[in-house]
Amino acid sequence: MRKFNTLKSIPAYLPIVNIDTDMIIPKQFLKTIKRTGLGKNLFFEMRYDDDGKLIDDFVLNKSPYNSSKILIAGNNFGCGSSREHAPWALLDFGITCVISSSYADIFYNNCFKNGILPIILEEEKIKELSEYAKRKEEISIDLKDEKIIYGNNEVYFKIDPFKKKCLLEGLDDIALSLKKSSKIENFEKNLKEKKPWILND
Amino acid sequence: MSTTLYDKIWNDHLVDQQEDGTALLFVDRHLVHEVTSPQAFEGLRNSNRKVRHPNLTLAVADHNVPTTDRTKGIADLDSKIQVETLEANCKEFGVQLFSMNDKRQGIVHVTGPEQGFTQPGTVIVCGDSHTATHGAFGSLAFGIGTSEVEHVLATQTLVQKKAKNFRINVNGKLPLGVTSKDVILQIIGKIGTAGGTGCVLEYSGDLIKSLSVEQRMTICNMTIEGGARAGLIAPDEKIFHYLKDRPMSPKGEKWDKAVDYWHTLKTDTNASFDKEMSLRADEIVPMITWGTSPQDVITIDGNIPNPKNEKDEDKKNSLERALEYMGLKPDMAAKDIKIDKVFIGSCTNGRIEDLREAAQILKDKKIASHVHAMVVPGSGLVKEQAEQEGLDKIFLSSGFEWREPGCSMCLAMNADKLKPEERCASTSNRNFEGRQGRGGRTHLVSPGMAAAAAISGNLDDVRKYQN
Repeated sequence: MRKFNTLKSIPAYLPIVNIDTDMIIPKQFLKTIKRTGLGKNLFFEMRYDDDGKLIDDFVLNKSPYNSSKILIAGNNFGCGSSREHAPWALLDFGITCVISSSYADIFYNNCFKNGILPIILEEEKIKELSEYAKRKEEISIDLKDEKIIYGNNEVYFKIDPFKKKCLLEGLDDIALSLKKSSKIENFEKNLKEKKPWILND
Repeated sequence: MSTTLYDKIWNDHLVDQQEDGTALLFVDRHLVHEVTSPQAFEGLRNSNRKVRHPNLTLAVADHNVPTTDRTKGIADLDSKIQVETLEANCKEFGVQLFSMNDKRQGIVHVTGPEQGFTQPGTVIVCGDSHTATHGAFGSLAFGIGTSEVEHVLATQTLVQKKAKNFRINVNGKLPLGVTSKDVILQIIGKIGTAGGTGCVLEYSGDLIKSLSVEQRMTICNMTIEGGARAGLIAPDEKIFHYLKDRPMSPKGEKWDKAVDYWHTLKTDTNASFDKEMSLRADEIVPMITWGTSPQDVITIDGNIPNPKNEKDEDKKNSLERALEYMGLKPDMAAKDIKIDKVFIGSCTNGRIEDLREAAQILKDKKIASHVHAMVVPGSGLVKEQAEQEGLDKIFLSSGFEWREPGCSMCLAMNADKLKPEERCASTSNRNFEGRQGRGGRTHLVSPGMAAAAAISGNLDDVRKYQN
């Protein structure tokens, strides 16, 4: 997995609450058998009109936001389906950090598997940061110190220490879990004794 | 110490727990479908890994499959490739698959219980958010992303943090014409789509106990629409009876041992919950959603909200946006909403009892001439059962189409979709913008309410048609 350390970008601001995964990437793009190439279809229905032309008004279609690496959005971001195509589409577009006051659980987890940092901040701070988006000024993210630097200000965010470590070092979850193979084997052995109907053998 | 049902299942599946609270949980049952698995199998292949327990894994093709004549295969090339990729992956990794032409094929959350693959006290995962459905059996069941699917395939475990305990008590009796779909819509309306975030819900109370197994599944299914990944109901005799002699249920001595264990699966009397909420079943009336979020609910005798009454600016904006998308006027009566389509099906309401409920309303009646209506059974076995009971004849003679099983117009990945501005009364679970097709307008309702809407040609009160 790609590492996440620091990031500097003019953020894009999408002031909509409950942005669901159907909005982030509609179902017609879930038919892929790859993880890549979804960026052009990110927010498809808000980004393109019925003839497939870019809608000029939509924030991610406008310069400089079309190259933003940070997306600021309304609360309950990523609700709905479990599709990992949502973070894949964000990543493929170039967004590696999302800032919102809350996220749906599955989307939140999916971000970390793909080197995307989802930051949780209070609504008030989000409003402050959105001003930087409007003024087209850069903000900086520092994961190690868990802070966002904007202008002469700083704001700290909280993140689960294990998730942070995995992002900073780009660790592969499966490899980490397989290091615990002997514990898994023990568990399976006990399971056979305790609940013989589970293992189906 | 007193513990909740969730605590018990959690503790019973801990393979490892780090100091920071990150846990490795054993996964007893893994359901797989064609949309969220290709990249996971590819990941295994690239790193030379195997499926650790193929016989704890069951795959079904459901999201992409056509619901019309299948003898010609799948017309859409991308859909075809995805289903074929699942077939090839299952063959290569030794995973059992019910593909398109298998009678047991169906929506993954209908098939799992039907086969007895779903069992109480297990941890069940699937790359699909409606995995919550299986919580009706007292299993800790939740949706996961594709990277996690790969993790489960490779290790039979999942990295997790413990969620909070949230109990919802529903007591009393449901009035005539009111169903478990109305109960869960009411709950989501009350807690909001983020109300359960970070929590596992447990549904309890005498109403919940009185519900059938399938009605419980409808409630647990839409738990995710309230933001919680999993919803649980303590298993009881109804569940054990349902599972007895299913193809994948334990047999003989193993069955007896399993039932002994299943009897222990309940929340202790003194266990404490982080959150708790109660509601009276007697006060629930048939519900509809009017907007573009499952929390946008009103009763069938209610009116569309007016943004003027909303003080919070953000909420007002999102209300206006939803009204515009839905093509509705503030304050109009729910019953004045004219519909174009009706969809009965999905993992929420595509089981035999749901079809019976709708058929009972439609018997000896015709649907409105401007309405296009379809029934998509949740599985091949549900379809077969319905045909044995003659339900297909009732649907067909009322003017409904009778289709092959799959996810269909719940998410419109196959050919079944709404056209822009078409309005649908749907028994599915999500009314998001574009969910049933670009520009399509969805009203979530119970199967009986969907049938009533089909007859009247507008959203209507099912109680009017109740015998």
